[in-house]
Amino acid sequence: MLSNQEVAEALLEKFGDQVFDFEEPYGLLTLSTSREEIIPLLEFLRDHKTYQFIFLTDITGIHYPDNVENEFMVVYHMHSFVHNFRVRIKVSLAEADIHIPTATGLFASANWMERETYDFFGIMFDGHPNLKRILNIEEMDYFPMRREFPMEDATREDKTDALFGR
Amino acid sequence: MADIELLPHNVSANADLPELVEELTTLNLGPTHPATHGIFQNILKMDGEKIVSGEQTIGYIHRAFEKIAERRPFYQITTLTDRMNYCSSPINNLGWHMTVEKLLSVEVPKRAQYIRVIMMELARITDHLICNSILGVDTGAFTGFLYVMQKREEVYEIYEEVCGARLTTNMGRLGGMERDLSTTAIRKIKEFIKSFPPVLRELEQLLNRNRIFMDRTINVGPISMERAISYGFTGPNLRAAGLDYDVRVMNPYSSYEDFEFSIPVGQHGDTYDRYMVRNEEMWQSLKIVEQAINNLPEGPYYADAPEYYLPPKKEVYRSMEALIYHFKIVMGEIDAPAGEVYHAVEGGNGELGFYLISDGGRTPYRLHFRRPSFIYYQAYPEMCKGSTLSDAILTMSSLNVIAGELDA
Repeated sequence: MLSNQEVAEALLEKFGDQVFDFEEPYGLLTLSTSREEIIPLLEFLRDHKTYQFIFLTDITGIHYPDNVENEFMVVYHMHSFVHNFRVRIKVSLAEADIHIPTATGLFASANWMERETYDFFGIMFDGHPNLKRILNIEEMDYFPMRREFPMEDATREDKTDALFGR
Repeated sequence: MADIELLPHNVSANADLPELVEELTTLNLGPTHPATHGIFQNILKMDGEKIVSGEQTIGYIHRAFEKIAERRPFYQITTLTDRMNYCSSPINNLGWHMTVEKLLSVEVPKRAQYIRVIMMELARITDHLICNSILGVDTGAFTGFLYVMQKREEVYEIYEEVCGARLTTNMGRLGGMERDLSTTAIRKIKEFIKSFPPVLRELEQLLNRNRIFMDRTINVGPISMERAISYGFTGPNLRAAGLDYDVRVMNPYSSYEDFEFSIPVGQHGDTYDRYMVRNEEMWQSLKIVEQAINNLPEGPYYADAPEYYLPPKKEVYRSMEALIYHFKIVMGEIDAPAGEVYHAVEGGNGELGFYLISDGGRTPYRLHFRRPSFIYYQAYPEMCKGSTLSDAILTMSSLNVIAGELDA
């Protein structure tokens, strides 16, 4: 069995201060990296002789509008079948420069996951072979999962939280 | 005899005709094609009978579940999850509840866990039953479909007995089940365990060694293990390609570690193997249901977590405390702790993951569904490349792409 400690140390040894913010929410090793290092990091994990994180479980995005300079976050979940070990990798992006290299060269599954993330958040995956909307219509000119688009009409007064004592 | 002017061998007889422009036919398979079992469009480029390339357009029933979830208290999100894979909604439903319970650190009592296992395995059986019998229909074997639909109906009757709904079941609650298994439900489950094997055997006898079925499915839509992993396959589609990855065994949840069952594995990753793996999985699921119903532990069916578990209605009428908690839960007054959770369950199609970020509010800050159908459906053009259109239909139907899960 791999331990979080072991993987974290291996990553620190290889990438130094390019990997940071190590956490263990509910036991899952979580770390952050920069967007320059994300592809080498994924490749290192995939091709590592013993760890073999050959399975990309998921890519998704998160929007933190209050986090100035780091408004967006791309989250990768990797899985090593051999050790039954998961790791979560995060990359923060600024809204002004919302670009990240694509992982489609490493995993075929990244294609649609990145398209979905682009569709919802507008995160540009550089080098993606077919970066266009996947679930929403092409004509849409905004990115609906961003927090500035609330679910309900903000001008409605019958649904304000104040009426319900919140 | 007149001289016949012979043409040199390398000049075609039609040399003076303008050269034919080789053009690929564009064929729209879908959006509403009866054989796609869902609304998604495949734009296929055909060279005669052969498929050269394909491109998919999905999102026809996209309902923005992730966005809606950002405005809903945790207990209201169950209705969204049920509508993803509607062939096996209890798995989605209970998987979601387990995710939130992980966030809240609520320990669910054994009895509730066993009931959940029973419900999830029954759901897996119906899911695979639909997939396999429809695969038979696509090859022209309607009989098998008619035989097994009766059994799905019986499972739906069990759902109805357990929670009142049949298709979009809402049987879980945060901290346990909505209600205990009634004696009727237990009797019905036991009857189902007895009556299901002959029907499944009949389906097997109809299809497994059927000459036409084998000719139509063997070596159709194959995918290698390496490509399957790279494409993010999980569940029966990955196991048919030869890797025995099953979330129930690798990361047991809801006391799956208590039960004995094996993971069927295929070799070639073709349509026939996917069919066989699903078939065998139904036997294994039945085995799990049998073990769970026979060893159903005594005790409460919900956790002692009054802040999160919606109290039974008769308690609400009797006790003030239950009334207060009922009100607070229904009005969404209760905050969840901050944290981030990834929880995966073995859905009908593979690893169904819930990635939940809570900022400490009453709704999730961000909720992402890792939907297996969405992730592996992109491999479809590669799998049917070079095959004929009739084979492509079978490939799609053996992949078991559920439109609700694909689009969410």
